[in-house]
Amino acid sequence: MSKPKVAFYWCASCGGCEEAVVDLADAILGVVEAVDIVFWPVALDFKRSDVESLYDGELAACFINGGIRTSEQEEMAALLRRKAQAVIAFGSCSHLGGIPGLANLYSRESILNRVYLEAPSVDNRDRVLPKERSEADEGMLTLPAFSDSVRTLDQTIEVDYYLPGCPPPVTLIVNAVNALLSGNLPPKGTVLTGDKALCSECPRNATKPEKLSLKELKRPHQLIIDSKTCLLNQGVLCLGPATRCGCNAACLSANMPCTGCLGPTSHVKDYGAKALSAIASLLDSNEAEEIATLAQRIPDPAGTFYRYSLPASLLHHRAGNGRT
Amino acid sequence: MDEQFEPKLIGILCNWCSYMAADLVGTSRIRYAPNIRIIRVMCSGRIESQLILWAFRSGADGVLIGGCNPGDCHYQEGNYKALRRVTLLKQMLPQFGIEPERLRLDWICASCAEEMRKTVEGFTAQIRNLGPLRLQTPPLLKPIKIEMEVSRHVEA
Amino acid sequence: MSGFNSSTNGHPPRIGVFICHCGTNIAGKVNVPEVVEFARTLPFVAVAKEYKYMCSDPGQEMIKHDIQQYGLTRLLVAACSPHIHEETFRKVASEASINPFLFQMVNIRELVSWVTEDGHEATEKAKAMIRAAAKRVLFHDELEPKKYPVKPGVVVVGGGIAGIHAALVMADAGERVYLVEREPSIGGHMAMFDKTFPTLDCAACILTPKMTTVRRHPNITVLSYSEVVEVSGFVGNFKVKVKKKPRYVVEEKCVGCYECIEACVFKEPRFPNEFDLGLGKRKPIYVPFPQAVPPVPMIDPETCIQFRTGKCPKGCVNACGDRDGIDFDQKDEIVELEVGGIIVATGFDTFDASRLPYYGYGIYPNVYTGLEVERLLNASGPTGGEVLLRNGQKPQSVGIIHCVGSRDENTNRWCSRVCCMYSLKLAHLMKERTGAEVYNFYIDIRAPGKGYEEFYDRLLQEGVHFIRGKVAEVSDWAMTPDEENRLVIRVEDTLIGMVRRIPVDMVILSVGLEPQRDAQEVTKLFNISCSTGNWFMERHPKLAPVSTMSAGIYLAGACQGPKDIPDTVAQAGAAAAEVLALTHKSVIEVEPNTAFIDERYCSGCQICVGLCPYSAIYYDEEKKVAVLNEPLCLGCGVCAAACPSGAAQQHLFQDEQLYAEIEGALVGVG
Repeated sequence: MSKPKVAFYWCASCGGCEEAVVDLADAILGVVEAVDIVFWPVALDFKRSDVESLYDGELAACFINGGIRTSEQEEMAALLRRKAQAVIAFGSCSHLGGIPGLANLYSRESILNRVYLEAPSVDNRDRVLPKERSEADEGMLTLPAFSDSVRTLDQTIEVDYYLPGCPPPVTLIVNAVNALLSGNLPPKGTVLTGDKALCSECPRNATKPEKLSLKELKRPHQLIIDSKTCLLNQGVLCLGPATRCGCNAACLSANMPCTGCLGPTSHVKDYGAKALSAIASLLDSNEAEEIATLAQRIPDPAGTFYRYSLPASLLHHRAGNGRT
Repeated sequence: MDEQFEPKLIGILCNWCSYMAADLVGTSRIRYAPNIRIIRVMCSGRIESQLILWAFRSGADGVLIGGCNPGDCHYQEGNYKALRRVTLLKQMLPQFGIEPERLRLDWICASCAEEMRKTVEGFTAQIRNLGPLRLQTPPLLKPIKIEMEVSRHVEA
Repeated sequence: MSGFNSSTNGHPPRIGVFICHCGTNIAGKVNVPEVVEFARTLPFVAVAKEYKYMCSDPGQEMIKHDIQQYGLTRLLVAACSPHIHEETFRKVASEASINPFLFQMVNIRELVSWVTEDGHEATEKAKAMIRAAAKRVLFHDELEPKKYPVKPGVVVVGGGIAGIHAALVMADAGERVYLVEREPSIGGHMAMFDKTFPTLDCAACILTPKMTTVRRHPNITVLSYSEVVEVSGFVGNFKVKVKKKPRYVVEEKCVGCYECIEACVFKEPRFPNEFDLGLGKRKPIYVPFPQAVPPVPMIDPETCIQFRTGKCPKGCVNACGDRDGIDFDQKDEIVELEVGGIIVATGFDTFDASRLPYYGYGIYPNVYTGLEVERLLNASGPTGGEVLLRNGQKPQSVGIIHCVGSRDENTNRWCSRVCCMYSLKLAHLMKERTGAEVYNFYIDIRAPGKGYEEFYDRLLQEGVHFIRGKVAEVSDWAMTPDEENRLVIRVEDTLIGMVRRIPVDMVILSVGLEPQRDAQEVTKLFNISCSTGNWFMERHPKLAPVSTMSAGIYLAGACQGPKDIPDTVAQAGAAAAEVLALTHKSVIEVEPNTAFIDERYCSGCQICVGLCPYSAIYYDEEKKVAVLNEPLCLGCGVCAAACPSGAAQQHLFQDEQLYAEIEGALVGVG
């Protein structure tokens, strides 16, 4: 019997998720042993036509990382969906939109203007903007269409499972692959890690004071962070209480706060809104002005609370810029 | 701006002060604009950003939150918790292109019928001036219309 | 988590929608038949009906009948405010064997028909609210009202006339009462007064018998010179910690012979007596006033030689002899009480007249407050009831200034209610005792009470002068020989439109009533709230005037707002009745809108722990999750709002329920 066929693909992402697969190290040999990787653009030379030539459903599983911004990504996602029995949204971008999703705070036009016209390093005297179709001596050249917003994978195609994280922790990948191979799978739609927040596995949780409150807010470079005690108790904004566990508090082990890459637990509708509510509740003042002063210590609330999940949020995109 | 625009407003009011005030406006037969839909919670301290953003997402052009006056919260300090959340949320809304005025927090005491009327009227007028909130909401999952080459192995 | 099939055994829910006309209150504005038609189109609605008065017996019967006939599993009534009939219809549901919490009330009267001008708009708004409720009710869970046993016993905080009266009423009904008073004796302000208006009966004559009855009552324990330091628990089950401060005379051993006071090394009283507001003197060992209850002396360590030097012949100890009642080593003692209810009767403070320097209090010796004059007039006061100025002379003329610290934007806006009447009383007494000319300077005379206006008339007959105007200043600056060595009251007499200067020998400031200085701390201690100006807030100004928003805690007397003695006593009786109604129940029911924490999803982040206003959530070190101590939860939902992982929720106000309601109120509504 032939080995189950598996594909990897990347959309709007940084490539870190691919690194995470490589980070499997020795374990990757076991994976290669067990499955047949038929498509993995970053590592292996297969073409789109190779995928198109598969039967529908011929792939046992397809791991897609990155958000969906262009028509090409959308097409590939749809194609892979047809070919795969299980689609796994791999990493924060695919799961929730990720860092590239923060671009949803800007309109398509302002992004293109910034990148191709305004950025200090740009030298574009003819003010050329990318076009989907351009005439050239060689004939008609095409580029994928750049859509209005970054979408999560499940806002584009049906997704079976989610492997969260920026990038997903190796142990979670290994567990997911094992589960797929053994067929011992949780219900569809499951995020393949625990459903408790990070504090549950954070060694610093034991140092929480009786009454947690934020008397001040400091950014990590503004203090010498104690390596043992809860960061919130040190006035550093740590999003561990709002973020799924599964990383074994990796950032905290490096003495840095959790920034929320594993996303919300299943009982939260909007990660950023919920995290904001929790953190705001802790601001230690009952005076309007004092509260405002404290709140201003978070200069970029959207970037702070929606760092990895803006496209998956209730608002999804900056208001008023849509074509609607 | 569309002259016919009538905003849709959600009011989330605490049981003990602002909802009582809303009841009292009724009992006093004081009229106000019909745009607001009132939701009752026990304490403004129950209100958090998810509910507010959900209201915007569901079509509200403005959200009014009513709590007890400072010092008068039935649950001691719930209203301050609401204030903290609303303050931070209002700081974020402009990043989403949403005017912070679309979210309003007011302390309205149980006997403050006239204040309640003024608040609702004022808020309605203010949002009417701002015009509709145009969110670019996430696309719903739908079949993707992409011309695909027919697979060579259709249903083998 | 809530799911909408949770209580229907997998069958689709069947909602009944019942829309009330409320006579013409709703139907006069809202097109009810149109709303009924609309309701029928909503998902899972099995029946929608209208009726003229849904709360009437036939209305309730119709609902019960339809619940049976249509096999309804959820109930929605669109009528008046839930504050009026939510309980009524929950009971209807319950009687027709639907869990009463699978019900939602839609307020289309107070929030719609009564406040909307246009009938079409009102109809559309009613539809939106019914749609919202019909979506919401799908997510309701079956709940049971929380039931808790009620402990017997009541703590009354404050031993003034309010506390005394409430304690006696309850004790007579067989209730165990602990009366906590922070001063050395019960009696409060009333014990300081000479006569009471308008009947002029002597305050001591009517109060001291009650004080003695309290002391002798087998059901009352007086904890004097004591303060409540901690209150925990909830209605029917309070734990109250009381700190008994040391009086250095052992209460249990003292027989009240006062020989110790006689034997004190100080032969004469030398130190200002607090009870006489410093106008009289006392020894280091003293009773505040002769009728004090308990009649037990106390030692003031600040002035006692033994405390200050350790070298006193200790006449007091010798005088007490074998009874051995003096104990210089007494310490604070904490008494823990478990009771079902609490009455807060902490009274008032008088306005500090030195805050208004232009009235000369604290500057000119012959400017007194009303309360000080009460002590001067009192037969057991420092002057034996003779009104003498500080130079020992009788005043020939007296000016009484009303509304000092009341009805004034710069101090307190409220009317203190008692000052007009006590000013009239003092005017009468001053005239009677000294024969002086008495001038009243008033803004308005407020005499609304039984016999009060008649008393005012009597004063007018007696020849007391009334000058209508707010006094500008009191000074000793004489402009005429007649004014030499006297106090001059400058005032605009608004009835004749002239500025006048009235020279007098004595000025009495009718100081207003203020909340006790530590009112804020007291509210925190008992989890009650303050209305404007720090008076304690009643649950409802008309319908629950002695209840607080904290169930099981009641108010009596002036701590709730300025009050005279008759009103205070009436309110104390009311509070006593309310507490008895509570403690005579064996079990109380509490609405189950409490929080709950699903430990499967709790990470133990403890954000909720510190936010809970009632310390109802603790962190379980073993399980590493937050745990709710449900009886302590009063259902504010702060934890649900703050919980970053959605593990904490609030019954009846769960996320899903509120989302559904918000969405239903907005989506698809024109």
